Amino acid sequence: MGTNGHHESFPWKHLIGFVLSLLLTFAALWVALSSGLPLKAVIVVIVLFAMIQASLQLFMFMHVAESDSGKVQTFNMVYSFFIAVVVVAGSVWVMQFVL
Amino acid sequence: MKWSEFFVTGEPLIYAADVAIVLTMVGIVFVLTYFKKWKWIWNEWLTTVDHKKIGVMYIICAVLMLFRGGVDALLMRAQLTAPNMNFLDAQHYNEIFTTHGTIMILFMAMPFIIGLMNIVVPLQIGARDVAFPYLNALSFWLFFFGAMLFNISFVIGGSPDAGWTAYFPLAGNEFSPGVGNNYYAVSLQISGIGTLMTGINFLVTILKMRAPGMTLMRMPMFTWTILITCVLIVFAFPVLTVALALMTFDRLFDTQFFTMANGGMSMLWANLFWIWGHPEVYIVILPAFGIFSEIVSTFAQKRLFGYKAMVYSIVGIAFLSFIVWVHHFFTMGAGPAVNSVFSITTMAVAIPTGVKIFNWLFTLRKGKIRFTTAMLWSLAFIPNFVIGGVTGVMLAMAAADYQYHNSYFLIAHFHYVLIAGVVFACFAGLHYWYPKMFGHMLNERLGKWTFWLFMIGFNVCFFPMYFLGLMGMTRRMYTYSDGLGWTPLNVVATVGAVLMGIGFIVLCYNIYYSARYGERDMTGDPWNGRTLEWATASPPVHYNFPVTPVVDDLDAYWVMKKKQGGFQVKEEELKPIHMPSNSGRPFWISVAFFVAGFGLVFKWFALAIAGALFIVLGLILRSFENDDGYHIGVDEIKRTERAARKGA
Amino acid sequence: MGEAVHRYDETMPLEYRTEENRLNILGFWIFLGAEVVLFATLFATYLVLFQRTGSGPTAQELFQVKDVLIETLLLLTSSFTCGLAIFEMRRGRLAGLLAWLLVTLLLGIGFITFEVREFIHYVHEGATMQTSAFLSSFFVLVGTHGAHVSLGIGWMIFIIIQLLQRGLTVKTARKVFIVSLYWHFLDVVWIFIFTLVYLLGMVV
Repeated sequence: MGTNGHHESFPWKHLIGFVLSLLLTFAALWVALSSGLPLKAVIVVIVLFAMIQASLQLFMFMHVAESDSGKVQTFNMVYSFFIAVVVVAGSVWVMQFVL
Repeated sequence: MKWSEFFVTGEPLIYAADVAIVLTMVGIVFVLTYFKKWKWIWNEWLTTVDHKKIGVMYIICAVLMLFRGGVDALLMRAQLTAPNMNFLDAQHYNEIFTTHGTIMILFMAMPFIIGLMNIVVPLQIGARDVAFPYLNALSFWLFFFGAMLFNISFVIGGSPDAGWTAYFPLAGNEFSPGVGNNYYAVSLQISGIGTLMTGINFLVTILKMRAPGMTLMRMPMFTWTILITCVLIVFAFPVLTVALALMTFDRLFDTQFFTMANGGMSMLWANLFWIWGHPEVYIVILPAFGIFSEIVSTFAQKRLFGYKAMVYSIVGIAFLSFIVWVHHFFTMGAGPAVNSVFSITTMAVAIPTGVKIFNWLFTLRKGKIRFTTAMLWSLAFIPNFVIGGVTGVMLAMAAADYQYHNSYFLIAHFHYVLIAGVVFACFAGLHYWYPKMFGHMLNERLGKWTFWLFMIGFNVCFFPMYFLGLMGMTRRMYTYSDGLGWTPLNVVATVGAVLMGIGFIVLCYNIYYSARYGERDMTGDPWNGRTLEWATASPPVHYNFPVTPVVDDLDAYWVMKKKQGGFQVKEEELKPIHMPSNSGRPFWISVAFFVAGFGLVFKWFALAIAGALFIVLGLILRSFENDDGYHIGVDEIKRTERAARKGA
Repeated sequence: MGEAVHRYDETMPLEYRTEENRLNILGFWIFLGAEVVLFATLFATYLVLFQRTGSGPTAQELFQVKDVLIETLLLLTSSFTCGLAIFEMRRGRLAGLLAWLLVTLLLGIGFITFEVREFIHYVHEGATMQTSAFLSSFFVLVGTHGAHVSLGIGWMIFIIIQLLQRGLTVKTARKVFIVSLYWHFLDVVWIFIFTLVYLLGMVV
């Protein structure tokens, strides 16, 4: 219970979140367009960067773990993300037989 | 558009239906006017945000839809009783099995369950209402108007006819021109939004509004199943939302999602539909399991056996339900790797269900069993559902499924789990909680007649279908040839269906009879119940509990009765109670959805946009809303409580 | 868990101070969970269909890095400024809150403007949502996100009006917090659109 925002005098969390998000965005762009890595590696890396950036924003911008319901909220996001992976990966895998 | 395209023409039964609909509407207007009940119906029902009333409205709709879905079933059985019958032609038959399936699952089972959920859950957790009463009302009216939209299709424009699963390419524009499948896409979308909101509402309610002392592991089992069901709703319904939207885009705006050219992939529809569709069947069955848990423990007068195992089983079932969906289309060609994985996950989900069956049996063991109607439905559920369940494991074996898929074997399987599981639970729950809903009991003698007629009729109707399937009879065929040897079992099945119909009629008579002569429930606890809903009057006063009960243990009310003789309220503890205000906006917003939906169905985009603008207006007005509800003063609480105790 | 706290707890930020507020915020998080699955389904559809271009153009032929980068920076920055708005709100500063909300709004409108221009450009090139499965799924996925952003802009405007009319109260604080959750969420979704639609489209 209780939150922290109001003891800070400067929005450090937000600034760090913003800067890191920018870095991850440009890094992903570079990996995809200029790194010369093989396709599979590129995909793995940019998806990883996306997941890191998303988690960063959930915690730094959205305060997902804050409040009495913090644990429920976090679990909710984690589980919905798990379902998302099942739906996306599952659909791609199941439907790949269709030419 | 010609009038003959707008109204369905050429069928005498349809003309009869038109007349019946108009007469009913006129009748309703007449009755309301004659008895001067317009204000009453607006203030007490159309604008209510009270979970108990919303629950009753859901159940009334469900029973009416059970009637329509049942009539569809009887029409199908009539057509199939003998080979080469001409009662229904192929097109008509297709429309009927489509509406039968869609209505029974989405407009009968779902509202019945959601209705019982609405009435019971806040009471079971000791709360005054749900977390979001206004949203709750909106959920109901969206369901209602979605169902209305679907229901008028058969007289205006034409019914959907591509099955309740609406597979592409059949459900696309090329093979199903006309508005029928537009109705399917749009009406299910509207109702689906209502259901999603219910999921969110009850999830927050159960997590945050339980009475002090009621930890998660002290909740009644019905509430547990609803909690998990809501998780399923929240994560499964958005998939349907997207699938239906893509269908709508393909049909209305010529996109290429499920088409056969320009890169479209028809089979993707089946994939998305079942990613929702499988959790959907668990959404209806888990609450049924919860209902049975309540009834079995109450009428065996024993605590539910293996509470923890029951909880873990429900969680396990819910988790697994999201990773089995391909078993609905093993034969679509995904290949052995995919089929094997999903075969294994499907068989795995039977295990926690099996655990639950054993726990119910152990609850019965050494219990003092009372054979009330509710208990009879619950006892019959066990063997009948198990038959459906084990045939499910047979179907789960992908290689074997190539023989069973889309045969009458499949039809028998899912009717065994859906009827013996969900419908039996709905009837059981109706009998069990009826006094809580209306203040009087349903007649036990008539109830038992319904039970025996329906339960025997159900077995006579569907058991032969396993064999018809093994003999090669395929699903969704409108007739069959002589000489295949299918006729005798089809005749038997029709007899069974008729028995079920008679059972339903007896149930309707029971409802009428009990309203006039039924035994009144004066204590609020006619069954010597174990959970908190029985600590309230029958029906409960509008604020449910004068003070929030404090809970010490599982089976909270049973323990209260043992320790203190019941739910004791000291008048000094009374404080003013805050209640939410009624609102007409959920009703009007839903009307706007209906209008917008109707516009989309017929591609009258001006109407659709007008409807949409009204919806947005409703949302904006809601945002600016300043009404914070009202308070019930302590004096009024005292008066209400004394009147309730006098059994007024 | 589950105990009602009816007192106003002065150590908590405004938006958490009443039971109703806490319920609404939790309810909205759960709604966001549902939205994750909604977008996941759209992504699944896109990833299954994006290489099925029929006789129409491919992603590589259509997407332009410059436009995507501009849109990304506009939306990301708007999420940052939205966070700053909440920061101001928690310090009780209505003027600061309104200022950052306005900036967020302008950046959001900028994002939509660029996105609409992007879509119009594709349509002029003959790439409409009826052309191929790839384009149908592209327009519906990215369009749904854009529609969500547009709705968010409208919602934010109405909340700003309420702040001007009623000031910063327990109720308006909650509304601002919830619309900010919505706004941040849309940027989270965009991260995946950027990655799985545009970047992937430019390399595959």
